[in-house]
Amino acid sequence: MNKLCSMKEAIASSVRNGGSLVIDGFTHLICFAAGHEIIRQGFRDLTAIRLTPDLVYDQLIEAGAVRKLVFSWAGNPGVGSLHALRRRSEASSAERLELEEYSHFGLLSRLMAGSAGLPFWPLSNYQGGDIARVNPAIKTVQCPYTGRQLATVPALHPDVAIIHCQRADREGNAQVWGLLGSQKEAAFAARKVIVVAEEIVSTELIRRDPNRTLVPGIIVSHVVHEPWGCHPSFVQGFHDRDNDFYVKWEDISRQPETYRAWLEEFVYGVKDRQGYLSRLESGLLDKLRAKARICEGVDYGY
Amino acid sequence: MAIETGAGPTASERMAYRASQELRDGDVVFVGIGLPNLACNLAREIHAPGLFMIYESGAVGAMPERLPVSIGDPSLVTNSLAVVGQADIFQCMLQRGLIEVGFLGGAQVDRWGNINTTVIGDHANPKVRLPGSGGACEIAVHARRLLIVMRMSRRTFVESCDFVTSPGHRVNGRSREELGMPGGGPTRIITDLGVLDFDTTGEAVLTEVYPGVTPEQVRQSCGWPLRVAETVRQSTEPDASVLTLLREKLDPKRLYL
Repeated sequence: MNKLCSMKEAIASSVRNGGSLVIDGFTHLICFAAGHEIIRQGFRDLTAIRLTPDLVYDQLIEAGAVRKLVFSWAGNPGVGSLHALRRRSEASSAERLELEEYSHFGLLSRLMAGSAGLPFWPLSNYQGGDIARVNPAIKTVQCPYTGRQLATVPALHPDVAIIHCQRADREGNAQVWGLLGSQKEAAFAARKVIVVAEEIVSTELIRRDPNRTLVPGIIVSHVVHEPWGCHPSFVQGFHDRDNDFYVKWEDISRQPETYRAWLEEFVYGVKDRQGYLSRLESGLLDKLRAKARICEGVDYGY
Repeated sequence: MAIETGAGPTASERMAYRASQELRDGDVVFVGIGLPNLACNLAREIHAPGLFMIYESGAVGAMPERLPVSIGDPSLVTNSLAVVGQADIFQCMLQRGLIEVGFLGGAQVDRWGNINTTVIGDHANPKVRLPGSGGACEIAVHARRLLIVMRMSRRTFVESCDFVTSPGHRVNGRSREELGMPGGGPTRIITDLGVLDFDTTGEAVLTEVYPGVTPEQVRQSCGWPLRVAETVRQSTEPDASVLTLLREKLDPKRLYL
Protein backbone atom coordinates (compact mmCIF):
# COMPACT_ATOMS: atom_id res chain seq x y z
CA MET A 1 0.00 0.00 0.00
CA ASN A 2 1.32 3.42 -0.91
CA LYS A 3 1.18 5.55 2.26
CA LEU A 4 3.12 8.46 0.84
CA CYS A 5 1.51 11.85 1.54
CA SER A 6 2.44 15.41 2.42
CA MET A 7 3.38 16.44 5.97
CA LYS A 8 0.23 18.55 5.98
CA GLU A 9 -1.99 15.54 5.26
CA ALA A 10 -0.13 13.22 7.65
CA ILE A 11 -0.47 15.65 10.58
CA ALA A 12 -4.06 16.66 9.77
CA SER A 13 -5.27 13.08 9.70
CA SER A 14 -3.30 11.83 12.75
CA VAL A 15 -3.03 14.55 15.39
CA ARG A 16 -6.07 15.50 17.48
CA ASN A 17 -6.64 18.31 19.98
CA GLY A 18 -6.10 16.87 23.46
CA GLY A 19 -4.22 13.83 22.11
CA SER A 20 -0.72 12.67 22.93
CA LEU A 21 2.29 12.51 20.68
CA VAL A 22 5.98 11.77 20.57
CA ILE A 23 8.34 13.28 18.02
CA ASP A 24 11.22 10.97 18.82
CA GLY A 25 14.96 11.23 18.23
CA PHE A 26 17.83 11.64 20.68
CA THR A 27 19.61 14.78 19.42
CA HIS A 28 19.67 12.87 16.09
CA LEU A 29 16.69 12.61 13.68
CA ILE A 30 14.44 15.11 15.45
CA CYS A 31 11.69 16.00 13.01
CA PHE A 32 11.34 19.77 13.37
CA ALA A 33 9.26 19.81 10.17
CA ALA A 34 6.50 17.81 11.89
CA GLY A 35 6.50 20.06 14.96
CA HIS A 36 6.21 23.17 12.79
CA GLU A 37 3.29 21.69 10.84
CA ILE A 38 1.50 20.89 14.13
CA ILE A 39 1.97 24.54 15.17
CA ARG A 40 0.67 25.81 11.80
CA GLN A 41 -2.43 23.65 12.02
CA GLY A 42 -3.16 25.18 15.44
CA PHE A 43 -3.53 22.04 17.55
CA ARG A 44 -4.19 22.56 21.26
CA ASP A 45 -3.98 20.73 24.59
CA LEU A 46 -1.49 18.13 23.43
CA THR A 47 0.38 15.81 25.78
CA ALA A 48 3.92 15.98 24.39
CA ILE A 49 6.10 13.00 25.26
CA ARG A 50 9.84 12.62 24.83
CA LEU A 51 12.92 11.78 26.90
CA THR A 52 14.61 14.96 25.70
CA PRO A 53 12.12 17.66 24.75
CA ASP A 54 14.34 20.18 23.05
CA LEU A 55 13.88 23.19 20.80
CA VAL A 56 10.96 21.90 18.74
CA TYR A 57 9.01 20.92 21.87
CA ASP A 58 9.77 24.33 23.35
CA GLN A 59 8.41 25.87 20.14
CA LEU A 60 5.22 23.80 20.50
CA ILE A 61 4.94 25.09 24.07
CA GLU A 62 5.50 28.72 23.06
CA ALA A 63 2.88 28.36 20.31
CA GLY A 64 0.33 27.18 22.89
CA ALA A 65 -0.06 23.65 21.52
CA VAL A 66 0.95 21.78 24.69
CA ARG A 67 -1.02 21.19 27.91
CA LYS A 68 1.23 18.56 29.44
CA LEU A 69 4.85 17.51 29.04
CA VAL A 70 6.06 13.97 29.88
CA PHE A 71 9.86 14.02 29.89
CA SER A 72 13.17 13.22 31.54
CA TRP A 73 15.58 15.97 30.43
CA ALA A 74 14.46 19.34 29.12
CA GLY A 75 17.08 21.69 27.80
CA ASN A 76 18.92 23.06 24.80
CA PRO A 77 21.54 20.30 24.54
CA GLY A 78 25.05 21.58 25.10
CA VAL A 79 23.81 25.19 25.32
CA GLY A 80 21.26 26.08 28.00
CA SER A 81 17.59 26.27 28.96
CA LEU A 82 14.27 25.91 27.21
CA HIS A 83 12.83 29.33 27.84
CA ALA A 84 9.17 28.79 26.90
CA LEU A 85 9.15 25.78 29.23
CA ARG A 86 10.72 27.79 32.03
CA ARG A 87 8.28 30.64 31.54
CA ARG A 88 5.43 28.15 31.87
CA SER A 89 6.79 26.13 34.80
CA GLU A 90 8.48 28.42 37.30
CA ALA A 91 6.82 29.95 40.35
CA SER A 92 6.18 33.29 38.66
CA SER A 93 4.31 31.88 35.65
CA ALA A 94 0.65 32.65 35.13
CA GLU A 95 -0.30 29.72 32.88
CA ARG A 96 1.34 26.56 34.18
CA LEU A 97 2.23 23.61 32.06
CA GLU A 98 1.53 20.20 33.56
CA LEU A 99 4.80 18.29 33.98
CA GLU A 100 5.25 14.55 34.47
CA GLU A 101 8.88 13.82 35.11
CA TYR A 102 11.07 10.70 34.99
CA SER A 103 14.71 9.91 34.42
CA HIS A 104 15.68 8.66 30.95
CA PHE A 105 15.59 5.04 32.01
CA GLY A 106 12.16 5.45 33.60
CA LEU A 107 10.46 7.10 30.63
CA LEU A 108 12.15 4.72 28.21
CA SER A 109 10.79 1.86 30.32
CA ARG A 110 7.28 3.25 29.89
CA LEU A 111 7.75 3.10 26.13
CA MET A 112 9.28 -0.38 26.37
CA ALA A 113 6.20 -1.65 28.25
CA GLY A 114 3.99 -0.02 25.63
CA SER A 115 5.99 -1.49 22.78
CA ALA A 116 5.99 -4.98 24.28
CA GLY A 117 2.28 -5.10 25.07
CA LEU A 118 2.83 -5.32 28.82
CA PRO A 119 1.01 -3.24 31.47
CA PHE A 120 4.21 -2.13 33.22
CA TRP A 121 7.99 -2.43 33.12
CA PRO A 122 10.30 -3.24 36.05
CA LEU A 123 13.62 -1.51 36.56
CA SER A 124 16.28 -1.31 39.22
CA ASN A 125 16.12 2.40 39.94
CA TYR A 126 14.68 5.14 42.17
CA GLN A 127 15.74 3.37 45.39
CA GLY A 128 16.75 6.72 46.82
CA GLY A 129 16.02 10.28 45.81
CA ASP A 130 13.00 12.37 45.02
CA ILE A 131 11.94 11.45 41.47
CA ALA A 132 9.60 8.67 42.64
CA ARG A 133 8.43 10.81 45.56
CA VAL A 134 6.97 13.47 43.26
CA ASN A 135 5.71 11.09 40.56
CA PRO A 136 2.92 8.75 41.78
CA ALA A 137 3.10 6.72 38.54
CA ILE A 138 6.41 5.25 39.74
CA LYS A 139 5.62 2.33 42.03
CA THR A 140 7.40 -0.79 43.29
CA VAL A 141 6.92 -4.51 42.94
CA GLN A 142 8.52 -7.45 44.71
CA CYS A 143 10.22 -9.91 42.37
CA PRO A 144 8.41 -13.27 42.76
CA TYR A 145 11.68 -15.18 42.25
CA THR A 146 14.27 -13.31 44.28
CA GLY A 147 12.19 -11.18 46.60
CA ARG A 148 14.05 -8.10 45.36
CA GLN A 149 12.19 -4.80 45.38
CA LEU A 150 12.05 -3.19 41.92
CA ALA A 151 10.64 0.08 40.64
CA THR A 152 7.85 -0.09 38.06
CA VAL A 153 6.42 2.34 35.53
CA PRO A 154 3.16 1.96 33.61
CA ALA A 155 2.96 1.32 29.86
CA LEU A 156 2.74 4.41 27.70
CA HIS A 157 0.80 4.48 24.43
CA PRO A 158 1.21 7.79 22.60
CA ASP A 159 -1.61 8.43 20.13
CA VAL A 160 0.94 9.34 17.46
CA ALA A 161 4.67 8.69 17.05
CA ILE A 162 6.64 10.64 14.46
CA ILE A 163 9.81 8.85 13.41
CA HIS A 164 12.34 10.49 11.12
CA CYS A 165 14.66 8.12 9.25
CA GLN A 166 17.30 8.18 6.55
CA ARG A 167 15.27 6.14 4.09
CA ALA A 168 11.96 4.38 3.79
CA ASP A 169 9.83 2.78 1.11
CA ARG A 170 6.26 3.85 0.34
CA GLU A 171 4.91 1.30 2.82
CA GLY A 172 6.87 2.81 5.69
CA ASN A 173 9.62 0.24 6.14
CA ALA A 174 12.08 2.62 7.75
CA GLN A 175 15.84 2.20 7.80
CA VAL A 176 17.89 4.05 10.37
CA TRP A 177 21.57 4.18 11.21
CA GLY A 178 23.56 6.24 13.68
CA LEU A 179 22.04 7.08 17.06
CA LEU A 180 18.77 5.17 17.46
CA GLY A 181 17.34 6.95 20.50
CA SER A 182 14.08 5.33 21.57
CA GLN A 183 12.56 5.41 18.09
CA LYS A 184 11.77 1.71 17.92
CA GLU A 185 10.15 1.68 21.35
CA ALA A 186 8.21 4.88 20.61
CA ALA A 187 6.95 3.50 17.29
CA PHE A 188 5.78 0.14 18.67
CA ALA A 189 4.22 1.80 21.74
CA ALA A 190 2.21 4.29 19.68
CA ARG A 191 -1.30 3.83 18.29
CA LYS A 192 -0.35 5.49 15.00
CA VAL A 193 3.06 5.96 13.36
CA ILE A 194 4.13 8.60 10.86
CA VAL A 195 7.45 7.84 9.17
CA VAL A 196 9.31 10.82 7.73
CA ALA A 197 12.25 10.07 5.42
CA GLU A 198 15.15 11.91 3.88
CA GLU A 199 14.83 9.58 0.88
CA ILE A 200 12.02 7.42 -0.45
CA VAL A 201 13.54 4.25 -1.87
CA SER A 202 12.25 1.07 -3.49
CA THR A 203 11.13 -1.88 -1.38
CA GLU A 204 13.76 -3.85 -3.28
CA LEU A 205 16.50 -1.66 -1.82
CA ILE A 206 15.08 -2.12 1.69
CA ARG A 207 15.06 -5.88 1.17
CA ARG A 208 18.74 -5.86 0.18
CA ASP A 209 19.70 -4.72 3.71
CA PRO A 210 16.93 -5.96 6.04
CA ASN A 211 18.94 -5.65 9.27
CA ARG A 212 18.88 -1.89 8.82
CA THR A 213 15.07 -1.67 9.11
CA LEU A 214 14.16 -0.27 12.55
CA VAL A 215 10.44 0.21 12.04
CA PRO A 216 8.49 -2.21 9.83
CA GLY A 217 5.82 -0.81 7.53
CA ILE A 218 3.04 -2.90 9.11
CA ILE A 219 2.79 -0.47 12.05
CA VAL A 220 3.09 2.68 9.91
CA SER A 221 0.08 4.67 8.73
CA HIS A 222 1.70 7.59 6.85
CA VAL A 223 4.98 8.12 5.00
CA VAL A 224 6.26 11.63 4.35
CA HIS A 225 9.19 12.58 2.14
CA GLU A 226 10.83 15.56 3.84
CA PRO A 227 14.55 16.09 3.09
CA TRP A 228 16.22 18.38 5.68
CA GLY A 229 13.13 17.93 7.87
CA CYS A 230 15.38 17.66 10.93
CA HIS A 231 17.32 20.92 10.67
CA PRO A 232 18.86 22.13 13.06
CA SER A 233 19.16 18.54 14.36
CA PHE A 234 21.28 16.14 12.31
CA VAL A 235 20.92 13.07 10.14
CA GLN A 236 23.90 10.70 10.03
CA GLY A 237 25.16 10.38 6.49
CA PHE A 238 23.09 13.38 5.32
CA HIS A 239 23.90 16.48 7.34
CA ASP A 240 25.56 17.70 10.53
CA ARG A 241 23.93 19.41 13.49
CA ASP A 242 23.63 23.18 12.96
CA ASN A 243 25.32 23.96 16.24
CA ASP A 244 25.40 27.71 15.57
CA PHE A 245 21.61 27.68 15.49
CA TYR A 246 21.39 25.97 18.90
CA VAL A 247 23.74 28.62 20.30
CA LYS A 248 21.82 31.50 18.68
CA TRP A 249 18.53 30.02 19.92
CA GLU A 250 19.48 30.96 23.46
CA ASP A 251 19.18 34.64 22.55
CA ILE A 252 16.18 34.24 20.26
CA SER A 253 14.16 32.34 22.85
CA ARG A 254 15.01 34.24 26.03
CA GLN A 255 12.55 37.02 25.32
CA PRO A 256 8.95 36.26 24.28
CA GLU A 257 9.06 39.05 21.65
CA THR A 258 12.04 37.70 19.71
CA TYR A 259 10.70 34.18 20.17
CA ARG A 260 7.34 35.14 18.65
CA ALA A 261 9.06 36.99 15.81
CA TRP A 262 11.07 33.87 14.97
CA LEU A 263 7.93 31.70 14.96
CA GLU A 264 6.22 34.25 12.71
CA GLU A 265 9.06 34.21 10.24
CA PHE A 266 10.00 30.51 10.16
CA VAL A 267 6.80 28.68 11.12
CA TYR A 268 3.61 30.73 10.64
CA GLY A 269 5.10 32.74 7.80
CA VAL A 270 5.85 29.75 5.59
CA LYS A 271 3.59 27.20 3.94
CA ASP A 272 5.75 24.13 4.38
CA ARG A 273 9.29 22.85 4.91
CA GLN A 274 10.46 24.12 1.54
CA GLY A 275 9.40 27.58 2.65
CA TYR A 276 11.39 27.21 5.86
CA LEU A 277 14.50 26.03 4.02
CA SER A 278 14.32 28.91 1.57
CA ARG A 279 14.51 31.36 4.49
CA LEU A 280 17.76 29.93 5.88
CA GLU A 281 20.93 31.83 5.07
CA SER A 282 22.27 30.90 1.66
CA GLY A 283 25.10 28.39 1.66
CA LEU A 284 24.15 26.99 5.06
CA LEU A 285 22.86 23.65 3.80
CA ASP A 286 26.00 23.10 1.72
CA LYS A 287 28.08 23.78 4.79
CA LEU A 288 26.13 21.23 6.85
CA ARG A 289 25.97 18.51 4.19
CA ALA A 290 27.79 15.35 5.37
CA LYS A 291 31.13 14.25 4.00
CA ALA A 292 30.85 10.62 2.95
CA ARG A 293 32.03 7.78 5.23
CA ILE A 294 30.76 4.72 3.36
CA CYS A 295 30.81 1.28 5.00
CA GLU A 296 31.50 -1.75 2.82
CA GLY A 297 28.25 -3.61 3.34
CA VAL A 298 27.80 -7.27 4.22
CA ASP A 299 27.04 -10.55 2.43
CA TYR A 300 23.46 -11.77 3.03
CA GLY A 301 24.05 -14.87 0.91
CA TYR A 302 23.36 -18.42 2.06
CA MET B 1 39.07 33.56 24.83
CA ALA B 2 42.71 33.02 24.02
CA ILE B 3 45.03 31.83 26.74
CA GLU B 4 48.65 32.90 26.56
CA THR B 5 51.14 30.16 25.98
CA GLY B 6 52.86 29.43 29.25
CA ALA B 7 49.96 30.73 31.37
CA GLY B 8 49.16 28.61 34.45
CA PRO B 9 46.18 26.26 34.58
CA THR B 10 42.66 27.64 34.73
CA ALA B 11 40.09 26.16 37.12
CA SER B 12 38.55 24.08 34.32
CA GLU B 13 41.94 22.74 33.25
CA ARG B 14 42.77 21.76 36.82
CA MET B 15 39.47 19.95 37.17
CA ALA B 16 39.74 18.15 33.84
CA TYR B 17 43.27 17.02 34.68
CA ARG B 18 42.45 15.95 38.23
CA ALA B 19 39.41 14.02 36.97
CA SER B 20 41.51 12.30 34.31
CA GLN B 21 43.80 10.94 37.03
CA GLU B 22 40.87 9.03 38.51
CA LEU B 23 40.49 6.95 35.35
CA ARG B 24 42.35 3.67 34.94
CA ASP B 25 43.32 2.03 31.70
CA GLY B 26 40.54 -0.32 30.65
CA ASP B 27 37.82 1.36 32.74
CA VAL B 28 34.38 1.31 31.13
CA VAL B 29 33.21 4.91 31.50
CA PHE B 30 29.76 6.38 31.04
CA VAL B 31 30.84 9.70 29.57
CA GLY B 32 29.05 13.01 30.00
CA ILE B 33 29.51 16.05 27.80
CA GLY B 34 31.77 18.86 28.92
CA LEU B 35 34.65 18.47 31.36
CA PRO B 36 34.08 14.70 31.83
CA ASN B 37 34.49 14.20 28.09
CA LEU B 38 37.68 16.20 28.16
CA ALA B 39 38.96 14.29 31.20
CA CYS B 40 38.40 11.00 29.36
CA ASN B 41 40.20 12.20 26.22
CA LEU B 42 43.08 13.43 28.37
CA ALA B 43 43.33 10.12 30.23
CA ARG B 44 43.40 8.29 26.90
CA GLU B 45 46.27 10.47 25.71
CA ILE B 46 48.32 10.27 28.90
CA HIS B 47 47.90 6.98 30.75
CA ALA B 48 44.73 5.10 29.78
CA PRO B 49 44.74 4.41 26.02
CA GLY B 50 42.33 1.52 26.57
CA LEU B 51 39.63 3.61 28.26
CA PHE B 52 36.28 2.35 26.98
CA MET B 53 33.81 5.18 26.45
CA ILE B 54 30.04 4.68 26.43
CA TYR B 55 27.63 7.56 25.77
CA GLU B 56 23.99 7.55 26.84
CA SER B 57 23.05 8.41 23.26
CA GLY B 58 24.02 4.87 22.22
CA ALA B 59 27.68 5.01 21.16
CA VAL B 60 29.73 2.17 22.66
CA GLY B 61 33.51 2.19 22.46
CA ALA B 62 33.37 5.65 20.89
CA MET B 63 36.46 7.45 19.57
CA PRO B 64 35.15 10.86 18.54
CA GLU B 65 37.47 12.78 16.21
CA ARG B 66 36.13 16.10 17.43
CA LEU B 67 34.97 17.17 20.87
CA PRO B 68 31.24 16.41 20.83
CA VAL B 69 29.10 19.53 21.15
CA SER B 70 26.21 17.63 22.70
CA ILE B 71 25.63 14.20 24.21
CA GLY B 72 24.43 13.07 20.81
CA ASP B 73 26.84 14.03 18.07
CA PRO B 74 27.46 12.34 14.72
CA SER B 75 31.17 12.12 15.57
CA LEU B 76 30.32 9.71 18.40
CA VAL B 77 28.90 7.25 15.88
CA THR B 78 31.65 7.35 13.26
CA ASN B 79 34.35 4.87 14.32
CA SER B 80 32.49 3.46 17.37
CA LEU B 81 32.66 -0.25 18.18
CA ALA B 82 28.89 -0.44 18.41
CA VAL B 83 25.90 1.84 18.23
CA VAL B 84 22.87 0.58 20.13
CA GLY B 85 19.44 1.86 21.10
CA GLN B 86 19.05 3.65 24.40
CA ALA B 87 17.13 0.67 25.81
CA ASP B 88 20.33 -1.36 25.46
CA ILE B 89 22.43 1.41 27.01
CA PHE B 90 20.31 1.62 30.14
CA GLN B 91 19.41 -2.06 30.50
CA CYS B 92 22.32 -4.06 29.08
CA MET B 93 25.17 -1.70 29.93
CA LEU B 94 24.15 0.26 33.04
CA GLN B 95 21.58 -1.93 34.85
CA ARG B 96 23.53 -5.07 33.92
CA GLY B 97 26.45 -3.63 35.90
CA LEU B 98 28.98 -3.05 33.13
CA ILE B 99 29.72 0.57 33.96
CA GLU B 100 32.76 1.08 36.16
CA VAL B 101 32.89 4.87 36.23
CA GLY B 102 30.14 7.48 35.93
CA PHE B 103 30.53 11.25 35.94
CA LEU B 104 27.97 13.73 37.24
CA GLY B 105 27.69 17.39 38.04
CA GLY B 106 24.75 19.50 39.11
CA ALA B 107 23.32 22.69 40.52
CA GLN B 108 23.56 21.45 44.12
CA VAL B 109 25.43 18.74 46.00
CA ASP B 110 25.29 17.90 49.72
CA ARG B 111 27.74 16.23 52.13
CA TRP B 112 26.51 12.73 51.18
CA GLY B 113 27.04 13.32 47.49
CA ASN B 114 23.35 13.68 46.70
CA ILE B 115 22.94 15.79 43.57
CA ASN B 116 20.18 18.10 42.37
CA THR B 117 19.68 18.83 38.67
CA THR B 118 15.89 19.22 38.80
CA VAL B 119 14.65 22.39 40.53
CA ILE B 120 15.74 25.20 42.81
CA GLY B 121 12.95 25.64 45.33
CA ASP B 122 9.86 23.51 45.68
CA HIS B 123 9.30 20.92 42.93
CA ALA B 124 5.66 21.87 42.41
CA ASN B 125 6.40 25.58 42.46
CA PRO B 126 10.06 26.03 41.57
CA LYS B 127 12.10 29.20 41.66
CA VAL B 128 14.26 27.82 38.84
CA ARG B 129 13.34 24.92 36.60
CA LEU B 130 16.50 22.94 35.71
CA PRO B 131 16.71 20.29 32.94
CA GLY B 132 16.00 17.30 35.21
CA SER B 133 17.62 13.90 35.58
CA GLY B 134 18.32 12.69 32.10
CA GLY B 135 20.31 9.55 32.79
CA ALA B 136 21.87 10.96 35.97
CA CYS B 137 19.67 9.13 38.50
CA GLU B 138 20.37 5.67 37.10
CA ILE B 139 24.07 6.45 36.67
CA ALA B 140 24.22 7.39 40.36
CA VAL B 141 22.37 4.18 41.27
CA HIS B 142 24.43 1.78 39.14
CA ALA B 143 27.98 3.04 38.44
CA ARG B 144 30.57 1.23 40.54
CA ARG B 145 32.55 4.47 41.01
CA LEU B 146 30.92 7.87 40.64
CA LEU B 147 32.97 11.01 40.13
CA ILE B 148 31.30 14.33 40.84
CA VAL B 149 32.85 17.30 39.06
CA MET B 150 31.59 20.70 40.25
CA ARG B 151 32.84 24.18 40.99
CA MET B 152 32.58 24.95 44.67
CA SER B 153 30.53 27.69 46.31
CA ARG B 154 28.10 28.04 49.20
CA ARG B 155 25.30 28.25 46.66
CA THR B 156 26.17 24.87 45.09
CA PHE B 157 27.63 22.92 48.05
CA VAL B 158 24.56 23.00 50.26
CA GLU B 159 23.43 21.74 53.65
CA SER B 160 20.51 20.02 51.97
CA CYS B 161 19.57 19.69 48.28
CA ASP B 162 16.21 21.22 47.29
CA PHE B 163 15.58 18.01 45.32
CA VAL B 164 17.62 14.80 45.22
CA THR B 165 17.77 13.84 41.56
CA SER B 166 20.73 11.47 41.89
CA PRO B 167 21.27 9.64 45.18
CA GLY B 168 24.66 9.67 46.93
CA HIS B 169 25.73 7.72 50.03
CA ARG B 170 22.85 8.61 52.31
CA VAL B 171 19.34 9.81 51.47
CA ASN B 172 17.11 10.96 54.31
CA GLY B 173 19.36 9.13 56.75
CA ARG B 174 19.29 5.81 54.90
CA SER B 175 22.45 4.25 53.42
CA ARG B 176 22.81 2.87 49.91
CA GLU B 177 22.88 -0.62 51.33
CA GLU B 178 19.63 -0.09 53.22
CA LEU B 179 18.06 1.37 50.09
CA GLY B 180 19.34 -1.50 47.91
CA MET B 181 21.36 0.49 45.40
CA PRO B 182 23.76 -1.74 43.46
CA GLY B 183 26.44 0.85 42.53
CA GLY B 184 29.23 2.03 44.79
CA GLY B 185 28.15 5.68 45.04
CA PRO B 186 30.33 8.78 44.80
CA THR B 187 34.06 8.20 45.24
CA ARG B 188 35.29 11.78 44.86
CA ILE B 189 34.07 15.33 44.37
CA ILE B 190 36.53 17.15 42.17
CA THR B 191 36.21 20.89 42.54
CA ASP B 192 38.09 24.00 41.42
CA LEU B 193 39.59 24.39 44.92
CA GLY B 194 40.44 20.84 45.88
CA VAL B 195 39.19 17.27 46.14
CA LEU B 196 36.74 15.70 48.58
CA ASP B 197 36.73 11.99 49.40
CA PHE B 198 34.04 10.11 51.32
CA ASP B 199 34.60 8.46 54.73
CA THR B 200 33.13 5.13 55.83
CA THR B 201 29.87 6.79 56.90
CA GLY B 202 29.53 8.30 53.40
CA GLU B 203 30.32 11.89 54.40
CA ALA B 204 32.51 14.10 52.23
CA VAL B 205 35.94 14.99 53.68
CA LEU B 206 38.45 17.44 52.22
CA THR B 207 41.63 15.53 51.35
CA GLU B 208 43.37 17.67 48.73
CA VAL B 209 43.77 21.32 47.85
CA TYR B 210 45.32 22.95 44.83
CA PRO B 211 48.56 24.91 45.27
CA GLY B 212 47.84 28.30 46.84
CA VAL B 213 44.50 27.19 48.34
CA THR B 214 44.12 26.64 52.10
CA PRO B 215 41.68 24.19 53.72
CA GLU B 216 40.11 27.17 55.48
CA GLN B 217 39.34 28.78 52.12
CA VAL B 218 37.65 25.58 51.00
CA ARG B 219 35.59 25.44 54.21
CA GLN B 220 34.49 29.02 53.56
CA SER B 221 33.23 28.00 50.13
CA CYS B 222 31.18 25.11 51.46
CA GLY B 223 27.59 25.41 52.66
CA TRP B 224 27.96 22.80 55.40
CA PRO B 225 30.66 22.50 58.12
CA LEU B 226 33.11 20.61 55.92
CA ARG B 227 35.24 17.97 57.58
CA VAL B 228 38.95 18.20 56.82
CA ALA B 229 41.25 15.17 56.78
CA GLU B 230 44.17 15.08 59.23
CA THR B 231 46.59 15.32 56.36
CA VAL B 232 45.54 17.38 53.38
CA ARG B 233 47.61 16.64 50.28
CA GLN B 234 48.36 19.03 47.50
CA SER B 235 46.63 18.11 44.23
CA THR B 236 48.95 17.60 41.30
CA GLU B 237 48.56 20.26 38.69
CA PRO B 238 48.71 19.82 34.95
CA ASP B 239 52.25 20.58 33.73
CA ALA B 240 53.13 22.54 30.59
CA SER B 241 52.88 19.52 28.30
CA VAL B 242 49.42 18.60 29.59
CA LEU B 243 48.26 22.19 29.19
CA THR B 244 49.53 22.25 25.62
CA LEU B 245 47.68 19.01 24.95
CA LEU B 246 44.45 20.39 26.40
CA ARG B 247 44.68 23.78 24.71
CA GLU B 248 46.03 22.85 21.33
CA LYS B 249 44.77 19.35 20.66
CA LEU B 250 41.85 18.35 22.85
CA ASP B 251 39.83 21.56 23.10
CA PRO B 252 41.34 24.11 20.72
CA LYS B 253 38.04 25.96 20.33
CA ARG B 254 37.72 26.10 24.12
CA LEU B 255 34.26 24.63 24.14
CA TYR B 256 34.61 23.41 27.68
CA LEU B 257 37.80 24.94 29.05
